[in-house]
Amino acid sequence: MNRNFRSDLPIYTQLVGQMEQDIASGAMPPGARLPSVRDLAAELGVNPNTVQRALQELERAGLIYTQRTSGRFVTEDTAAIARCKQALGESQIKEFLAAMTLLGYRRQDIIALLREEKEEES
Amino acid sequence: MSAILECRELSKSFGGVKALDGVNLSIEPGRVVGLLGPNGSGKTTLIKLANGLLTPTGGELLIAGQKPGADTKAIVSYLPDRTYLPEWMSVRQMLDFFDDFYADFQREKATEMLGRLSIDERMRLGQMSKGTKEKVQLILVMSRNAGLYLLDEPIGGVDPATRDFILDTIIRNYNPSAAVIISTHLIADVEAVLDEVIFINSGHIVLQSAVDEIREQQGKSVDAYFREVFKC
Repeated sequence: MNRNFRSDLPIYTQLVGQMEQDIASGAMPPGARLPSVRDLAAELGVNPNTVQRALQELERAGLIYTQRTSGRFVTEDTAAIARCKQALGESQIKEFLAAMTLLGYRRQDIIALLREEKEEES
Repeated sequence: MSAILECRELSKSFGGVKALDGVNLSIEPGRVVGLLGPNGSGKTTLIKLANGLLTPTGGELLIAGQKPGADTKAIVSYLPDRTYLPEWMSVRQMLDFFDDFYADFQREKATEMLGRLSIDERMRLGQMSKGTKEKVQLILVMSRNAGLYLLDEPIGGVDPATRDFILDTIIRNYNPSAAVIISTHLIADVEAVLDEVIFINSGHIVLQSAVDEIREQQGKSVDAYFREVFKC
């Protein structure tokens, strides 16, 4: 994970975002055990209470769960992970569309550009 | 939970100069707190009062409900801005010194951290670089099982790798039943390890707030907000 945080957002929100990304992409696979709060805090260079808060947020969202004695794990509920991925994807697209609209592109032009991009790729 | 450090209308004057003027604040266990202010704002005075190195001119300061004295010194671990250990002392002698002085000193913990840095126990303080001196003293201070850690400018004038080691040591030794107060003006460097910040200026508390609250409400880092509040 990356240690550089944006300065205009709470650190815990950024941690939640990074971990959602890792869970959605499979970098943190279903059922994977998370490092302890202390180790995560040290690895990321952030306050342990901030890590704790981020983990609680992810737990509320159903992306991780706590097993009383053995620690925290990524959920095995693949439908929940798919929903998270979908939501992250949609917000990326919204951001992209907003930026393109700001540049003066209309919807059909954007779609045409995406098609071209796809053809170049294949 | 009850406060580990509490100030009520705390004042301290040196001659006619008011270094602290009517300070009220309360710090809970489990918090890592940044005491932030420009030079001469009263940071070191506040820390010295908490240590019992100075006595208040007015008001009171309580450590776990008690006035500073022998009992509170047993639970307060202090890293001064200038060292009080003599140059001729070797690492081993410093370990012995802490062992003798503090019942809560965990020697194995200190030895383990020194070992990780490959610091030879025969090395004398006078032979160490500034960065190594800072690291050794921080290790000694953080190896106590204290209720309140007072770190006065722990990252002033050290290189980035040493700074990372110092911050990492603070995080790794985090204890939910103890509070850590870090005084500094290098805010950007410490911001991510802090729970809350106290802005102090000309002996007055300007603000006490959670770091993420400032980021959420101001839409900027504590560092940027500090520059705004203390704009010259």
